[in-house]
Amino acid sequence: MTKKIQVENLRTFYGTKEVHHGISFDIEQNEIFAIIGPAQSGKTTLLRAINRTLEFTPGTKMTGTIKVDGEDVQKTRDVYGLRRKIGMVAPLPVGLPLTIYDNVAFAPRSSGINDKGFLDAHVEKCLRQSALWDEVKDRLDSLGTKLSGGQQQRLTIARALSHQPEILCLDEFSIAIDPVTTMRIEDVLKELKKEMTIILVTNLVQQARRLAARTMFLWNGDIIELDRNEVMFSDNTKDKRTYEYVNGIFG
Amino acid sequence: MKPAVPRASRSQLAIMVERVIEGLVYICGISAIIFVFGIFFFVFKEGAPFLAKLNFTEFFFSKEWIPTSSVQPKYGIGALIVGTVSVTALAMLIAVPFGLGAAVFVSEFCTGKTKETLKITIELLAAIPSVVWGFIGLSVMSPVIISVFHVPVGVNLLNAALLLALMSVPIMVSIGEDALKAVPDSYREAGIALGATKWQLIYRVLIPAAKNGLLAAVLLGVGRAIGETMAVLMATGHAVNIPDSIFDPVRTLTATIAAELGETSHGSPHYQVLFLIGVVLFSITAVVNLAADFIVKGIKRK
Repeated sequence: MTKKIQVENLRTFYGTKEVHHGISFDIEQNEIFAIIGPAQSGKTTLLRAINRTLEFTPGTKMTGTIKVDGEDVQKTRDVYGLRRKIGMVAPLPVGLPLTIYDNVAFAPRSSGINDKGFLDAHVEKCLRQSALWDEVKDRLDSLGTKLSGGQQQRLTIARALSHQPEILCLDEFSIAIDPVTTMRIEDVLKELKKEMTIILVTNLVQQARRLAARTMFLWNGDIIELDRNEVMFSDNTKDKRTYEYVNGIFG
Repeated sequence: MKPAVPRASRSQLAIMVERVIEGLVYICGISAIIFVFGIFFFVFKEGAPFLAKLNFTEFFFSKEWIPTSSVQPKYGIGALIVGTVSVTALAMLIAVPFGLGAAVFVSEFCTGKTKETLKITIELLAAIPSVVWGFIGLSVMSPVIISVFHVPVGVNLLNAALLLALMSVPIMVSIGEDALKAVPDSYREAGIALGATKWQLIYRVLIPAAKNGLLAAVLLGVGRAIGETMAVLMATGHAVNIPDSIFDPVRTLTATIAAELGETSHGSPHYQVLFLIGVVLFSITAVVNLAADFIVKGIKRK
């Protein structure tokens, strides 16, 4: 297995507040890697450090290294290329104030693709993958922001898939989506695993259990435990806190 | 069961007071409409008696404005309308790219001290009285235009348009920057996470998201330019003339009213025509605003 992402001794700061206290782990190619942990444990910050959007929040700082495909993200010469390599889905849906079609065509157009035939097919493919196509196929030219919360969330998933990312980061994607649709998207994720590496940040412990091969339990900026799911969701976790969190005893 | 907190019964007085306040709020609400129609009515009333004697074709299309002739006064405002429109158009041609560009720069590229300094300076620019601008036009801009372009007169269309541009840019920057600031940061982050460069983010996400506010910024600038009087009176050259080039002097509707109204006798034809010019001005701004409204609504419907 090749290592897709290597994180080494990562420390991040908001002003003087330290979020991660020097964490190290690897994510392998084509795996679904789940991150669980209570609020404020640094899950979202970690994702933002990987695609380098953390630096847009004033006062943030990071030390240590994050490597994607062996390349240090802090030193990369093509930060836009890096971000195009990573699809990001935020917990609250952000439908850009564009039409549904333009939302999904945004990233391909940004990288210079304007061929109508290709874009049409591509938009349809992405919307099908995010289980939204049937609901919006007749109104692709209406505003993305007019969709319901759950539909917008699926629109952001379609958008994240639109630039054919090598890594897909899902940050609590199912918050605004009903269980049936969630299951449909989970099935899609299992398919997508063949093409890309998926990082799944979730509050639903069972979702991590269903989808991931490995799960990382992050708590207050430290890795409490990182192991294969067979271990993480068994009675013999290395750390007692993992067992308690997974089984809802604390956290 | 009795409620734990006794339900207060409202006194007759409280109900009365509420009615009165409701009425006052209603009056405040419709006062803007009353004032607009009131102003229009009074301006129109002063000019109306002349309408019967007015030759509309001559009034709108003739470029002969000789209101003080004792033999055959002529009231053609064609040249004045062309003056106002050309000065405003040229000013906007200069001001819109600069104003919106500056708004984007201040909002998206500046941080911390630079941003604060720039904003304060730009607002200071908006506070300069128009007569001072006119003075700058006469004493600074005019010689510069003469020496740079080798033209005989420095007070002309270009001079006034530059002044109006300088005057409307600060408003556009302030309003435009507010509009861009109102775009949620989550849009920025979403666009950036999709691998958009700063420019792609600006023209694909931020400008579409803020278009209503940016349009409002431009229109406020247009409004300022059409209505401006003192600076254009001083810098256009104030000659009734349909310009052939941007170096020709012109005269605007506003400057004509300002310069001549004090010299006319109350109720004379000249006086009444000046009020009709006021009505024309009023109509131009109303049309501009209405057009803007329709444009904004059209954008929303889409």
